[in-house]
Amino acid sequence: MNATPAKPQKTRLQSVLEHASGDKRFKILEVHMKKHQFRQDALIEVLHKAQELFGYLEDDLLFFVSAKLKLPPSRVYGVATFYHFFQLKPQGEHTCVVCLGTACYVKGADKITAAIHEKYKIKSGETTADNKLSLLTARCIGACGIAPAVTYDGHVAPKQTPETALEKIKTWI
Amino acid sequence: MQLDDLNGIAEKHRSSRKKIIVRTCMSAGCMSSQADVIKKNLEAEAKSQGLEADVEVRRVGCMGFCGQGPLVGVDQNGEHGLWEFVKPEDAPAIIAALKGSECKVQRGDPKHPFFAKQMHIVRANGGIIDPERIEDYIAIGGYKALHHALTELKPAQVVEEVTKSGLRGRGGAGFPTGLKWGTVAKSPGAKKYIVCNGDEGDPGAFMDRSVLESDPHIVLEGMAIAAYAVGADQGYLYVRAEYPLAISRLQIAIKQAKQLGLLSAGIFETPFNFNVDIRIGAGAFVCGEETALMASVEGKRGTPRPRPPFPAESGLWGCPTLINNVETFANISAIINRGGDWYAGIGTEKSKGTKVFALTGKIKNNGLIEVPMGIPLRQIIMEMGGGAPDGREVKSVQTGGPSGGCIPADYLDTPVDYESLTKLGSIMGSGGMVVMDDSTNMVEIAKFYMEFCMEESCGKCIPCRAGTVQMFNLLEKITQRKATVRDLAKLEELCDMVKNTSLCGLGQTAPNPVLSTLKFFRKEYEELLQPDPFGPHSNGAAKSTELATK
Repeated sequence: MNATPAKPQKTRLQSVLEHASGDKRFKILEVHMKKHQFRQDALIEVLHKAQELFGYLEDDLLFFVSAKLKLPPSRVYGVATFYHFFQLKPQGEHTCVVCLGTACYVKGADKITAAIHEKYKIKSGETTADNKLSLLTARCIGACGIAPAVTYDGHVAPKQTPETALEKIKTWI
Repeated sequence: MQLDDLNGIAEKHRSSRKKIIVRTCMSAGCMSSQADVIKKNLEAEAKSQGLEADVEVRRVGCMGFCGQGPLVGVDQNGEHGLWEFVKPEDAPAIIAALKGSECKVQRGDPKHPFFAKQMHIVRANGGIIDPERIEDYIAIGGYKALHHALTELKPAQVVEEVTKSGLRGRGGAGFPTGLKWGTVAKSPGAKKYIVCNGDEGDPGAFMDRSVLESDPHIVLEGMAIAAYAVGADQGYLYVRAEYPLAISRLQIAIKQAKQLGLLSAGIFETPFNFNVDIRIGAGAFVCGEETALMASVEGKRGTPRPRPPFPAESGLWGCPTLINNVETFANISAIINRGGDWYAGIGTEKSKGTKVFALTGKIKNNGLIEVPMGIPLRQIIMEMGGGAPDGREVKSVQTGGPSGGCIPADYLDTPVDYESLTKLGSIMGSGGMVVMDDSTNMVEIAKFYMEFCMEESCGKCIPCRAGTVQMFNLLEKITQRKATVRDLAKLEELCDMVKNTSLCGLGQTAPNPVLSTLKFFRKEYEELLQPDPFGPHSNGAAKSTELATK
């Protein structure tokens, strides 16, 4: 830990901080970290906030968090990649999250993903080439009483079918 | 804050109640069908129909009958009514019906077995109180148990009461709660922690979400009583990021409790301090395992570690830590209020109290139910749930999620308790109950769960990391009709190995869905098998050349 960081890494950190100084969102993120007293155990909370602000976690952003929380970058990257909720790539303009929990699955949620795959040629975790639509799957959003459930841009819709899903997506594209 | 102040708030709130209460379910399920608009319309309509002085339109938590949502309940002249499948444009008719007019909206039956067979302890306030107003909780007797514990009981007496109640962990494993509390209380250390496990990862389960959304204070009160009993002053409530509504309601609840002095320093003017912080999960099923959950609370990758040392001795930051499930904590205030003996009188000999189940899948009446332990599965599935829809037959019931198993319809007379379900190769689990009808392919279901475990394996230990992948591949091969009896034997061998050698509960229970479907639905596997080219009844040499040329 006492070794001086290699030169290119130092310049990278400097450039990240320089880049951050011009972006208001980094300020907001820093205020959030301050609220947690820059505690290292608040890393997941901080990453949640970062993703909320930026939409996804790019490398520079993770670098910024690691510098501010005084954590090794490997630790921050390790946590960001471990949890499914964190996205390391930018998402499309609209997101469609199909719940694949057991209740949704036995009621045909897999047919919804199949229909979207067929029409838009994207699999779970992928975005269309025109960057309009991202298809994601969730493990269970706890809306089993209204299965199958699909979340369109953050809004949960009950009792979906391949037809209703494609119809909804059509209004976006 | 003292008892008089608490009673004062309750009295004031009760006396300001209006004659008619229209309860709008604003839990995640009904919210997805515009429950917020419905509430707004109902309020506007009550005003325009001149009923503003008599009618309170209240935001309430989950009423349980999620499949029929959005739901609106009405309390008028001591009678309870229920409206189902309500749409925003139904508001005028519902308000007019309060004055006796006809209403075309579908009327629910509160005496339906779905409701009549329930027994509410954990969900006593769900669908009745406004989860975003602490006064509502206080008005029905909330925080009295905490007061009683702090001022009249010694910590050891609280532990004794919980032990007497026979309450067992509701997260799935069913460890006796009193014993766990006693161990943490006895562990040496100045700093101790309370953790509430709200990482409800089992697909098909939403009991904890519903409790947190409908009645956050019952969980906070349970945590505070636990903290007093074991000598902790800091609590963490770990909630999944997939439950944004639960998180925001908890934040409101914690803020309100702090304002009234029911959390933080000097609660009820005693020397007892207790703070609660929310920790938001980030989508990792393994974090439901207690050691992984603690790693996640500490801001690390959620990987489990070997036990012992158990969290009761060495948990968060090496301090003694009490970890209980949301539902376990939600039982505590009732136990303190009404006594451990009362609680022990409910349920079976070894499984006491009630259990909340999420009844979903191919069943007529979808939703959340709370039933006394020991109730036969048949009553739940056939009477309360109404059996399978579309004239189909119930084939099997899946309990315990990816760690549980499938119980075939022949065993529906099994009483629901920890031991009976374990005997059938399933588990009680956290309370998911997914019903499958005769159109369901059990091998596909086993594959579905194996895929889940494969993706959710944290990768720390090899049996789980590599074993789940191999088992999934074998199941895939079987469903593609490319497998032989040898593959099936290999699958069974792997199940045994992964079960016995994995580090944590995820791996140890990952083979359960396969094992239980193999036990009860072996025929479905065998029907998919191809003849073994090297088997005793085949011409091995000919087949092998045939395969080689392919």
